[in-house]
Amino acid sequence: MDMMLKPVILWTDVLIWLLVISITLFLSQLRKNPESREQWHQVFSSRTGMVTFVIILSYIAIALIDSLHFRKALPPVPGQNTTYYSNTVNSVLDIFLGEMGETKERTYSAPFSLKSYAKENMTDESGHIYRDYPDLKYAGSHLSDNSDFSKDLLIQSLKGAGKGLFIGLLLCALLKVFTHRQDLPWSSAMVTILLVCTLLGWLLHVGNLYHVLGTDKAGNDTLYHSIKGIRTGVLIGTLATLIMMPIAITLGICAGYFKGWVDDVVQYLYTTLSSIPGILLIAAAILQFQVFIDLNPDFFEVGLEKADARFLGLCFILGITSWAGLCRLLRAETLKISQLPYVQAAHAFGVSQVGILHRHVLPNVMHIILITFVLDFSGLVLAEAVLSYIGVGVDSTMPSWGNMINLARTEMSREPVVWWNLIGAFAFMFTLVLAANLFSDLVNDAFNPKKRQERGA
Amino acid sequence: MDNSAPVLSVENLSVCVNNPQQDPILRNVSFQLNPGEIFALVGESGSGKSVTSLAAIRLLPDALKVTQGKVLFDGADLFHSTEREMTAVRGNRVAMIFQEALTSLNPVQKVGVQIEEALLLHTQLNARARREKIIDLLSEVGLPHPETRIDWYPHQLSGGQQQRVMIAIALACEPDILIADEPTTALDVTIQKQVLNLIRTLARTRQLAVLLITHDMGVVRETAQRVGVMLRGEIIEEGNCEQIFRHPQQEYTRRLIASLPNQDNFLPSEQPDHLLTIKGLKVHFPLRKGILQRIHVWTKAVDDIDLHIGRGETLALVGESGCGKTTTGRAILRLDQITSGTISYNNQHIHKLSRRGMLPLRRRIQVIFQDPYSSMNPRMTVQRIIEEGMVSLKMDLSHEQREARVIELLERVKLEPEHRFRYPHEFSGGQRQRIAIARALAVSPELIICDEPTSALDVSTRAEVLSLLQELQNELGVSYLFITHDLSIIPQLAHRVAVMKDGKIVETGATEDVLTKPRQNYTRELLSAVPRCQE
Amino acid sequence: MLAYIIRRLLYAIPILIGVNLITFILFFVVNSPQDIARAHLGEKYVTQDAIDHWVKEKGYDNPLIYNPNAAGFSKFTDTIFFHKSLSLFTFDFGQADDGRDITTDVRTRMGPSLALAIPTFIVGIWVNICVALIIVMFRGTRLDKAAVVLFVTLMSISGLFYIIGGQYLVATLWKLVPISGYQTSLSAWKFLILPVAIGIVSGIGLGARWYRTLFLEAADQDFARTARAKGVSELAVLFRHVLPNALLPILTGVVVVIPTLFMGSLLMEAFFGIPGLGSYMLDAIRAQDFAIVRTMVFVGSVLYIIGLILTDISYTIADPRVRLN
Repeated sequence: MDMMLKPVILWTDVLIWLLVISITLFLSQLRKNPESREQWHQVFSSRTGMVTFVIILSYIAIALIDSLHFRKALPPVPGQNTTYYSNTVNSVLDIFLGEMGETKERTYSAPFSLKSYAKENMTDESGHIYRDYPDLKYAGSHLSDNSDFSKDLLIQSLKGAGKGLFIGLLLCALLKVFTHRQDLPWSSAMVTILLVCTLLGWLLHVGNLYHVLGTDKAGNDTLYHSIKGIRTGVLIGTLATLIMMPIAITLGICAGYFKGWVDDVVQYLYTTLSSIPGILLIAAAILQFQVFIDLNPDFFEVGLEKADARFLGLCFILGITSWAGLCRLLRAETLKISQLPYVQAAHAFGVSQVGILHRHVLPNVMHIILITFVLDFSGLVLAEAVLSYIGVGVDSTMPSWGNMINLARTEMSREPVVWWNLIGAFAFMFTLVLAANLFSDLVNDAFNPKKRQERGA
Repeated sequence: MDNSAPVLSVENLSVCVNNPQQDPILRNVSFQLNPGEIFALVGESGSGKSVTSLAAIRLLPDALKVTQGKVLFDGADLFHSTEREMTAVRGNRVAMIFQEALTSLNPVQKVGVQIEEALLLHTQLNARARREKIIDLLSEVGLPHPETRIDWYPHQLSGGQQQRVMIAIALACEPDILIADEPTTALDVTIQKQVLNLIRTLARTRQLAVLLITHDMGVVRETAQRVGVMLRGEIIEEGNCEQIFRHPQQEYTRRLIASLPNQDNFLPSEQPDHLLTIKGLKVHFPLRKGILQRIHVWTKAVDDIDLHIGRGETLALVGESGCGKTTTGRAILRLDQITSGTISYNNQHIHKLSRRGMLPLRRRIQVIFQDPYSSMNPRMTVQRIIEEGMVSLKMDLSHEQREARVIELLERVKLEPEHRFRYPHEFSGGQRQRIAIARALAVSPELIICDEPTSALDVSTRAEVLSLLQELQNELGVSYLFITHDLSIIPQLAHRVAVMKDGKIVETGATEDVLTKPRQNYTRELLSAVPRCQE
Repeated sequence: MLAYIIRRLLYAIPILIGVNLITFILFFVVNSPQDIARAHLGEKYVTQDAIDHWVKEKGYDNPLIYNPNAAGFSKFTDTIFFHKSLSLFTFDFGQADDGRDITTDVRTRMGPSLALAIPTFIVGIWVNICVALIIVMFRGTRLDKAAVVLFVTLMSISGLFYIIGGQYLVATLWKLVPISGYQTSLSAWKFLILPVAIGIVSGIGLGARWYRTLFLEAADQDFARTARAKGVSELAVLFRHVLPNALLPILTGVVVVIPTLFMGSLLMEAFFGIPGLGSYMLDAIRAQDFAIVRTMVFVGSVLYIIGLILTDISYTIADPRVRLN
């Protein structure tokens, strides 16, 4: 008997789960040192830190469950032995979202609207043809009478919010059980958890009955696309940095530690790479990569894998363009550290070069790596939107905020304006970027020795 | 002005951090400044002496605030003045100089401009008169060629000259009061002596009231008429300088005075066999220049020196900053490339050994650095720091043996065995220096190179660390190459002394001979600059 | 000084060769000219003849780096690397896919780009410094805290939102200026004023926040305390001591950008229909015209290297401590 579901493993799925695992390991490693525990404590002892962390975590959680892909088995045809699988790839998130992704209208409709946005020719009961706004196919289809709309919306909202609140309360209870330290602002975290859960519960419940954020030109639900865009945003913000990190760390540290010709070569490399205008390098690389993908269609089983390959390429090239900055920082810091007495003492103890790099240099540049990682995140999320707009971002079939904005760019000049597609994408992106920026500021304050000195004075 | 009436009196001054949970930084501090008199506030780091001076002219950093007290100047309480009235007082009536002259001067302004700014604010002089006045001031503070130096930038001057410029700025508007916050701590002894002399002369000729803030009892003894001893935000003892040094009332004051090394008892010098012999050592660093970056000149950090250290002996290598004493130490450890010369240890040439060949000798020669804060990896526990040498030098000890040895070493340097689980930042400067000693001892060396191990420490901890080093020498027979700029600690510590200047050894011999019967002018100059407590 | 500049210029040569090599690999090795032709002409239903014709017409019919069929020295010169990549060093940019001369295009499009970029750049820096100075005057107060939150909020908004929102509000709703377009005469100002304003507003968050940190750093330095001890008022300390010192790090970030102003702004020019180099690049990217992209990569790198040298020179002028070497 074949399985009902066939898992689809995308490269980016593997990478993001690997990243999550390695970050968890990295953080648990950091916690061992009382100094970095102190620093993390400082980050989370502020309300902003807690609130933004919960928000970022919810985004990441959504991105992660959206990174478990599978294909549904098609209903078996009698007399057929092998199971065929659907060509559309779904993720675990789609299960949570219910039918939101499948309720496709004909064209635009405003948020919570029951009618289409464009007039159509219709036939009334007596056979006359008239022009009016037709009812939507899915939104409010459960209503027997359109006048019940506001009452129904209220009831359904309460239902959805109630469900969310219940889950939120469960999470808070779990949090209460597993937390020991009393000096952190847990209450802010809990309030945020409750708010996020209530909002999500409401969105999911009501979003399955109405188009909460309207529909786009092709009739797709805007809310669905905005939520699906989260994975793209979070992944590009993390994977691009992840991919470049091993190179940047190795080269930066080696250049600063060994100096001489190693340093010359590394400096040459990053000057050359950073002298190419970033956007052109990205554009050229992505276009070339796309040509390659198009000419080798056999490599990919489903369309999503093509999109995924391009996405990975984009992360890679974004990593390459931002690589120089981290490399330069690490080189400078390593130059400084290798002059410090504790490295000199290690030399005097005959510690091997590898030992010095591994035990003395690397742990002491970790804060730079961490700060770069969080600081770059928001910039990369914003860059995705711009690149997709230019046409060298993610594949156009991939749900992303940039693609939404790109599709909607002429809508503001329509009369009357269609604003919900843009606002939907911008709002989801803004929340993530703002949370990330505020959080990275706190991390920077806590881990940057320069800032720590200022505070001490 | 009447000579007996105080110009400035501070009454019951208390300061605390904005965060109310912490203890106050200053508690009921009161003192007076009289014209023509130098009043010294002395105390160890963190005692609140700098905060006192900043609070007095209302320049406290934002994080601190005054909770009570008065600062009476000219009959008015400065804490009730407006900010505008304060700007008329600062620089004009009360002037201030700081410890780090280089960072205290604006790096992108010429020194003349920086002095002129004070004149512009507080006097009516025209441009020409101002320039003349500036040149006068610069020559009064002893800056050579004031007509040209007036247009120099701070970084072009030496440390001592920069501090002179600071003093010129302070004196520009003929103030009544000069507040000097550790004005000589960053300077070499010979320069320190000149600057202190200058302040003393100015106090006398200009009838200045000077508030001298320092941690150095020797400086107090040489310079001040009255002294206040500060401990944890309070003045615990105040009085005439003579009187305090003769009959200190408080235990703490007694300890401060006692911690000044005895400079009249010398260790006898013996003639044991040579452990380490250096012959004709040169360490030169290339300077590159031009389109092709060809080597332009060589900086001769160490230029042809001969030294030897005997078994169980301490050789003090003294000199001022930049004389090449640290480079000598680094060359012995093979941390810097040797240009020429020979270094032999136990009659074995070690200057040509490879990294691997040097390994057996790394167990014999160890090092203790100056800065206790950066000499230990902040990401390692004390246990791992101390055992690193045992592991990398392959002493073939099991984990349990190493742990036992770490405990033994910690007890040896008077720390607790439990300390091995902690990280360096949890310790004070003196404790860290003990850990550094334990780390060096871990591989049982025969020679330890001590590179200014006590110069970053407060006086009382300094004495403890020094006596620990001596104890270890008596017990383990280890030799020290003790690199220092501080001649006052040498008599009790070193068997022999080598005086270094500009990369060369100018004089060497038994400690007593060199310190009591110096043959070279430079040695004499160094010796006369050392502040002394005993007459 | 002169020796230093010469050395930097010599150092620029290997970098430019490196840039050229990267673009060469990117454009001709990842996909062969045949592949590109196939992609251009429509993937499946294209004959080999049509591909050969396209390749020949564009001059891509030589081998990549070594031509075994040619004689003597032209074994190396009759290659794509020589014709298409090395020729950039002589500023011979060749033709775009539609047959137009790239050099002429670049020259005519530079003007509108600069007309937009220079005012945005200068006014932008000026506004950022002023805003940061005002905030620093109120440091430690609630205003300061509120401003920092505002800055972070401003920089969290996508640049696209500023453009789309600004265009909708000012041009569509209030009808104050034309939505897009350009004129080469002086009346160009009415097309430029909105993009310039949007460019400045969208940069305030990031810029002013950075400058604020720099000013605060300088204000905490010892020399500021010395100035206060001299009796200099807080405002004068800010302008006479803090500002000149904080300008030094600002210089590094700013001077390097100046030459690249020639490249224009991709987004602004595209949205506002300004015929500058930015929209030129965007069109080329969308049309997959690799000849133009390759040219612009080269031009951009040259400008960046000039920027680096200018930064060093400006440093020696502004900071008496720095002597080149």
